[in-house]
Parts: sequence; structure tokens; C-alpha cells
Amino acid sequence: MVSLDLLINAIVAGILLGGFYAAVTVGITISFGMLDIANIAQPAFILLGSYAAYIITYYVPVDPLVVGFLMLPVFYVIGMAVYRLYYYSFELRGEQSIQGLAFFFGLLFVAEVSLVLVFGVDYRFVEAPYIGPSLHLGIIDLPLRMLIPCLVSLVMIAVLQLYLSRSFIGRAILAVSQDGLALQLMAASPTRIKQIAFGISVATCSLAGTFLIIIQPVEPSIGRDYIGRIFAICVLGGMTSFPGMVAAALLIGIVESITATFYGPSWAPAVAFGFLLITLAVRPAGLAGR
Amino acid sequence: MRTGTFLIAAALVGLAIVVLTRIFFTNEYFFFAAYVVLQYIVLSTAWNILGGYTGYINFGTGAFFAIGAYSSAVLHKLPALLKTFDILIPAVPLPVMIVVGGIVSGIVGLGTGYLTLRLRGVFFAIATLALSVVVQTLIVNWDYVGGSRGIYIIRPAQAPLGGGYIQYLYTLMMALSVISVCIARWIERSRLGLGFAAIRDDELAAEAGGVPTLRLKLIATTLSGALMGMAGAPLPYYVTYLDPGSSFNLAYAVNSVAMPVIGGMTSWVGPIIGAVILGTIQQLATVTISSALNLLIVGVLLILFVIIAPNGIMGLISARQRRRAAIIEAAVQQRQAAA
Amino acid sequence: MIGQRSSSRRVCRRLAPIAAVLSMLLLAAPPVFTQPAVAQTAPSGNPITIGFSMALTGSLAVNGKSGLLASQIWAEDVNAKGGLLGRPVKLIFYDDQTNPSLVPGIYTKLMDVDKVDLVISGYGTNIAAPAMPVVIQHNATFISLFALDINEEFKYPKYFSMLPVGPDPRPAITAGFFDIVKANKDKLGLKTIAIATGDGEATRNGTDGARVNIKKAGLDIVYDKTYPLTTTDFSPIIRAIQSTNADVVLISSYPNDSVGVIRSVNELGLKTKVFGGNLTGPQSTSIKTSLGPSLNGIITFDWWLPAPAMRFPGVMEFLKTYQARAGQEGVDPLGYYLGPWAYARMQVLGEAIENTKGLDQEKIAEYIRSHSFKTVVGDVAFGEKGEWKEARILTVQFQNIKGTSVDDFRDGKGEVVVGPDQYKAGDVILPYSSNNR
Repeated sequence: MVSLDLLINAIVAGILLGGFYAAVTVGITISFGMLDIANIAQPAFILLGSYAAYIITYYVPVDPLVVGFLMLPVFYVIGMAVYRLYYYSFELRGEQSIQGLAFFFGLLFVAEVSLVLVFGVDYRFVEAPYIGPSLHLGIIDLPLRMLIPCLVSLVMIAVLQLYLSRSFIGRAILAVSQDGLALQLMAASPTRIKQIAFGISVATCSLAGTFLIIIQPVEPSIGRDYIGRIFAICVLGGMTSFPGMVAAALLIGIVESITATFYGPSWAPAVAFGFLLITLAVRPAGLAGR
Repeated sequence: MRTGTFLIAAALVGLAIVVLTRIFFTNEYFFFAAYVVLQYIVLSTAWNILGGYTGYINFGTGAFFAIGAYSSAVLHKLPALLKTFDILIPAVPLPVMIVVGGIVSGIVGLGTGYLTLRLRGVFFAIATLALSVVVQTLIVNWDYVGGSRGIYIIRPAQAPLGGGYIQYLYTLMMALSVISVCIARWIERSRLGLGFAAIRDDELAAEAGGVPTLRLKLIATTLSGALMGMAGAPLPYYVTYLDPGSSFNLAYAVNSVAMPVIGGMTSWVGPIIGAVILGTIQQLATVTISSALNLLIVGVLLILFVIIAPNGIMGLISARQRRRAAIIEAAVQQRQAAA
Repeated sequence: MIGQRSSSRRVCRRLAPIAAVLSMLLLAAPPVFTQPAVAQTAPSGNPITIGFSMALTGSLAVNGKSGLLASQIWAEDVNAKGGLLGRPVKLIFYDDQTNPSLVPGIYTKLMDVDKVDLVISGYGTNIAAPAMPVVIQHNATFISLFALDINEEFKYPKYFSMLPVGPDPRPAITAGFFDIVKANKDKLGLKTIAIATGDGEATRNGTDGARVNIKKAGLDIVYDKTYPLTTTDFSPIIRAIQSTNADVVLISSYPNDSVGVIRSVNELGLKTKVFGGNLTGPQSTSIKTSLGPSLNGIITFDWWLPAPAMRFPGVMEFLKTYQARAGQEGVDPLGYYLGPWAYARMQVLGEAIENTKGLDQEKIAEYIRSHSFKTVVGDVAFGEKGEWKEARILTVQFQNIKGTSVDDFRDGKGEVVVGPDQYKAGDVILPYSSNNR
């Protein structure tokens, strides 16, 4: 006999969590889904976003979300730089798979250890007026620290979707994932387009990182929990589709929330990774193509 | 050199090193550090069977390694558990634990192979990461082996073969290194190795050419997993405190990727070079500076080598040899032309 | 495996090692400002080295750092009075990052590479326990600091515990909490209890003991889950507990999770009658000042507060020295929770060294076992398994906290001792929900 109150609140909390997970995954949908670059260092960029929000709000009394927006161009440039490096080192040589993966894995690791060396292993958090209070609608509790990142995240994804489907560069990005040669014939350089796209995917980490540190205190090693979630959601969502990705994010958020509430938080990490394994085993997007 | 000869030669080399070091090094800490380096020789060699030879990159070293460690923990607690049912068995000797650890990890490797049968490179790598977390979550929730709070292991008072216990662990790990290197070399020169290489170079073509890719991949994952499990089996006696956080540590995954990459992935020599160089640097850094810094060194070296020297140190050496040979060849030809 | 000096976020990383070296140099020089003007001979010869790990970063650092400062003050005091056996005392320590898996490596290094004369534990159950196998291997005497019942498994004769939990540690920690429950059982109709336990050594030991007390109090357990110590979002747990409408809520937590739980409780507005039990964390000044009025109503344990009945010889002078330096060292400014105990532990060890006139582990252990000591936390005597002969645990409730500054908590304000009777300073305010937050 499960309490209805508890179940509904667990589901609502899961939806809010899913909205946040969508922000975390949208970058991978672009870089892995569309550009076929397995950027497993994505959680490292997200953590960089979190720590950027932390360090700036420590010295300047400004809302962390503002910091997230202000840092967008910085992360965009970082993303473009990383792509350049990746392109010259691997894509040109045509040896993407192992070397590329090892590269990003090394990057993930170096980022985490550097954060430990600079900031230590203590948890860091930010303060904001919406961290703490909750909205109470009848039996439903909506903690503002989850609600606001969720809403901003969905807005961000909607804006990206519009950009991709309406603007020239956006449509070029969608095109390059399908047919690079045709794109060249259209007089757009695929490399330049991919660079912009990868830059965008890392830029989303600026905001995603800010959401993360609003929702929970962060420390360098929590990035690892997100690798599985990100790829699970991306694969489950069909790799390239934003609406699919959002639906997958909500699903995983809800299942994690229900598991944590009814079975205990110690099982929650296995949820996303378990989903991933099952999806990969049953719907192998590999040899069968997308 | 034939495999049998090589095995004897390697065993003799290993034995010589063990005997000499045990005579000349009196500070226990040397063996404490050397154990880690030898452990990484086994892990890198094991990783390379799947990574370098077959072309499938595995980020889940931690899972297989920890499975070996935890199977030893289970066996360690077994006599006490059975005693409550009035069944008396003696303490399980460590070599037996190593074999059991290898078998259990091998089975998990087989299972991993089945699950990831049709996944191409990238997805396989991500799946191994996922597997690592799933296994870790299972162990965290298993109270018998201590779960999240960990388990304490008291080393037996007497080491077999005399001497200190840490020297005993060191000797065992040297034996494991010799065995794993011999296995790797044997694979390289056998039809199995040819099959692996075919998969690495072009899996679709290999399949079209009649290579039993599925079966070979299963062999690779099983063998690789088994060796990693064997490397992990003595761990509880080494650290005396085993917990999921440290035994599934990503450092094992990074090191077992970095060492073959840096040493050279195409031969059995590469992982040894990588493990010895990187392992020694890390042990020195731990004692002198800090251990966080030494992890940074590994990560940075991995990135540098992957970008600049993807064939590792072995690759650099053989490239140099080729260049030298080409220069000599050109000089000889010039001489002949002038004459 | 660790030789890392870590710093708080304010202090640049470069300064930390320099500060560590400086403080070690300070140990050899007699400090002028803390001692009365009595002529004394400076200690000379090879230093006596005492090695340990300490939580300078991570969850327990909030107390660990003050423990380190207290130990350093002791070493300075001792060196000012001529050292031990005429030789200077030197502390050799490494940051264990509140990570139990780093501890065996640190102690192996201390004993095999640094070759220290004596070892003592770091702070906390989770940190002291992993050192035991290494310590036992080396046959060393070992005094732990705030470790809950870790010798139960090893039964090591050379182990001593600086924690006044007495001969039956696990139930003792929550005994006071359940006395309050029993006293109010009929008045408030207390029938059900929900338990949330952090998955760590100390917290699980505490909950094991609590179950004994729960049976004696005749309560029904309606929720009983553990959470990983890395949990940061406690809303699933608190919501699940709220849905059981438990009369009593018992939390067994470390500093980080205590903060997370309390924030979550306030975010969701948890309603219950008695709340608290085995929370470590709220006793520390930085957590008090960051949570402020959110703490009101919570019942937990403490070990020493500056009440008149607890002004043991030397403790106020020690605190004065400590508080003068706490600011610049970036540690707990008041130092009530761990400081006096870390100092007392060193006093026990120092006295044993002086009176056995040597560094023999057996003789020192024998001396500690067979004598009682007068320390800054009162009389200390060890019994079975190395635990104290008698328990002396304070049960406290946070009441009427209105602000978030250090002065709101100075001299034990805001933290009211509600048991045992010998030290009682006020009555408990129940139900929990009636406390203003």
C-alpha cells in the first residue's frame, strides 16, 4: 500500500530532475548524436561550469544563473578550441575511435584531478533566494531550487531547437551529420560547421553546470555519475532528436526518483547505467546504424 | 623464440629479480611500491589483449579488478561463516583465491562480451563504463562484504615461504606478471592473435572473410577480464581495508588505458614499458609530492601521447629505427651511385 | 600514499605547506606568549615523532582541522616546558581527506618510511578503523580520537579510545535521546519511529546501538533505510519519512549529510514530534552559523560545553590559546567540540611517555591501562577493549537560536544541555515542530 501522496511527489520530483538532466544531455545529443564525436569529457565541462558559478558568485554578489549566461561565450570558445585539437589530432588522420576516446577520457580525468588540486574535495555550493523555499500546490511540493533550473533548461532546449531548425548554420549542422559531401557542395565548410556545433555543445555546459550547483552541492568526483546518465538519455532518445531526448530525460528522472524514494538512494546510480546497458543490448545503434 | 622457451626464460628473470630484491632491499616500503608496479603490468597486459590486439577499448577495468578483490574478501570470510553452520574449513590460501578471482572475473567478462556483442567501438566503451557502475552499486548494497563501509582484512601472521607478508604478495604478483606476459606473447604469435588483429583492422571485412568474430571477441573479453580479476585478488591483503569507493577507483581504468597507449599497444612489450615507467613515476610522486599530482601526470601523459605518439614509446622506437634504416639505405645507394 | 597538505579555499595552496613547516618549526621553539615567566631548559636532541592522519579536507574536516590545531598547541606547550624526556616533540601528519581508503597507505608510510616513534589515530570512526590492521601488524600502541567502538572487531590490547562512551559504546550514544523519548512517551503518544542512517562506520554503529534502545522503549520501526555518504539530495528520504507520519525520527549522520538532511527537512517542512539522535556536525561552529535557526528543536549528543560543572583544570586556558589562533588558521573559531579532546589525548600519551621513561610500546600501553589521568576533559581512566571505564555523554537540544553569527553560539548559547541531570541546563522543548525555525 503505497502512499499516493508520496508517489505523486516522487513523480513530480522526477519530472523536475528530468528537466535538469535534459540540459545536461543536450550537448551530447549535438556532439555525439549529430557529429559522432564521443565526448565523454562532457561531465568535466559541466563541472567546470559549476565551479565557475561558484568562484564568481563567491567574489561578486550576483545570481548564479546570471553567471551561467555570462559564461556562455567563454565555454563556446573552449568548445571550439577542443574541437580544433580533436580535428587535427584524430579526424584528419582518420583514426577516430580508440585514440579519440582515450583523448576525451584523459581530458575527463585531468579536469577532475585539476579541480581537486585547486578546490579540494570539499563540497561547494552557491546561495540564492530560491534555494531553500518551496512552492506548495496542494499535496505537491515544488522545491524552487529544482523548479527554476528545470524551467530555464526547457527554455534553453527550445531555443536551441529553433536555432537548429530555422537558422542557416543550424540547418547546416543538421545536414553535416547526415551528408558532409552534400554540405561541401553547398559551399559551407563541414569542418567549420562542426566546430561551431561542438562549441555550442560545450557552451550548454556553462548553463548545465550552473543548474547542477543550484540543485546540489558539488565536488570534483560527481562527474562520473553523469557519464552514464548522459549517454543513456542520448541513446534512449534516439541520438539526434531533441524531443526524444527530453522524453528520455524525463523518464530516467522519474525512475531514479521513484527508486530513491521507495528503495533507497543507494540504488539510484544503477538506474541510468542499467537503462543504458539494456538499451544498448536490445537496441544496438551500432552496427545496425541509426 | 618458442613459447615454452620464453616462459622458462621469463620465469627465470622474474625469479632472479625477486631473489635479488628480497636480499638487498630491507625497507618494506620498496615491496609495497613494487607490488603496485607489478600489478599494473598485469592490468595493462590484460587490457591490451582486448584494447591493443582486438581494438575494443575497455573503461571498466575497475569492475573486473574489484570483482577479483571482492571474491577474495568473500573467501576470506568463508571459514567464519561456515563455522556458524558447524562446517570447519581451513583458511583459503591466497593462490587459490587468485584462481577463483580469475574465474569469477572471467565469467563476468564472458557476460560482458555477450551483452555487448553487436556494439561498435564507442558504444562498447561506454557500456564498459556502465557495467563498472552497476557492479559497484551491487557491491555497495551487499552487506556481507561490508557494503559501503568496507571490510577489514587482517593479514595472516605467517607468510608461506618465510619472510614478511608484503614480500610474499610481491612474489605472487611477480609470478602473475610473468604468466600474463607469456599469455600475451603467445596470443600475439598464434592464430588467435591473427584473428584479433583482423577484428581490429576491419571487423566487417573480417566477418565477411569468415573470421568467427563473435567467438573471438568473447575469448578476448573473458581472457582480459580473468587476468584483471587475478590482479585484483591479492588486493584485500595488500590494503587491509577494502571498500567499493577505492577498489572501483577510476584511477585503475585510466592507468590501464594510459600504460599500453604510452608503452605501445601492438606488442606485449608496450604494456610492460608503460607500466614500469608510469608506475614508478607515480610511486615516487606519491612519496615525495602528493598522490593527486601523480594522477594528473598520468592524465596529461595519456593525452599527449594519444595526440603526438599514438603508437606509444614502442612506436617511437620503431619509427626511429625505420628512419635510421632509411637513412642508411639512402647513404648506401648514394655511395653505390657515386662509385 | 598521501603527502598532501590541503588548504581551505581562502588560503592559497602555496601557503599551506609553508604553514605546515612553520608550525613544525614552532614546535621546537619555546612560545613566549602562552607560558608564565618561568625559567625552563629548551628540549634538545632527536625529536620524538608522533605520526597520524587528520581530516583536513572532506566531510570531517570541519572538526578535523581544529583537532590538528589543538594537538599542535599541546606540542608547543610541552616543548615550552622542556619537551618529553628532555627531547622536543614533533608531529608528523598527512591529510586523509576523510577518505578511509587512504588511511592504510598513510600509516604504512608513517611507520615504514617516516619511521615515527608513536602513532595515534586521525579523527573519527571511519578514519581510525582502517588504520587498525596496519597498527596491529606493527604492534604499536594506538589511541584513537572520537572512534565509536572500533575495537569490538579486533580486540587489540594496545588500543585506547579518547571518547567517553564507556564500556557499551553503541547504545550509549543515543541513550540520552531515548531517555527523553521514554519520559514523553505517554504525554506525546510516541509509538512509531523512522530511521535514516548514513552508510559509514560510525553512523551504522550508532544505529545498531539505537535498535537496542528502540526495543527497550517499545517503539515500532516504520522506516529504516541507509543512504550513501555521497548523497546530497535528501528529499526522497524526507518525503518517504513524512509519508509514514512517524512520531520519532532518528538520524545517524556525518557533517555533510547532517547539513543536507536539515536543509531538506526545512525545505519540505517535515512534521514530527521528536527529531535527532546521532547527528555529527551541528556541534561544529561553522555548521551552527550556516544553519542558524534551522537547528532549533534538534536533539543530538555532545561531549563538552563550557558549563560551570565542566571547567576542568586547564581547559579554559587551552581554549583561550586556541581561540586566539583559530581565526588566522581558518578553523572552528570556538573549538568546543574536538579541541579539548585532541589536547587531552596528547596529555595521556605524553604522561605515559614521561613516566615509562621511554618509547617502548608495551610499557606505554601497560601504563595507560593501569593509571588514571587528569586532563583538560577531566579524569580519564580506560577499561575493557580500551574504552572509558564510565560513559559521560551530554544530550543537547538546539533551542531559541535567532541569528547566524559566532556570538549567537559563544559559551554554549543555543545548545542547551538537557541530560544527564548532573550537567543539565534546561528542559527539552517538545514536540519538535513547535520549535521556531
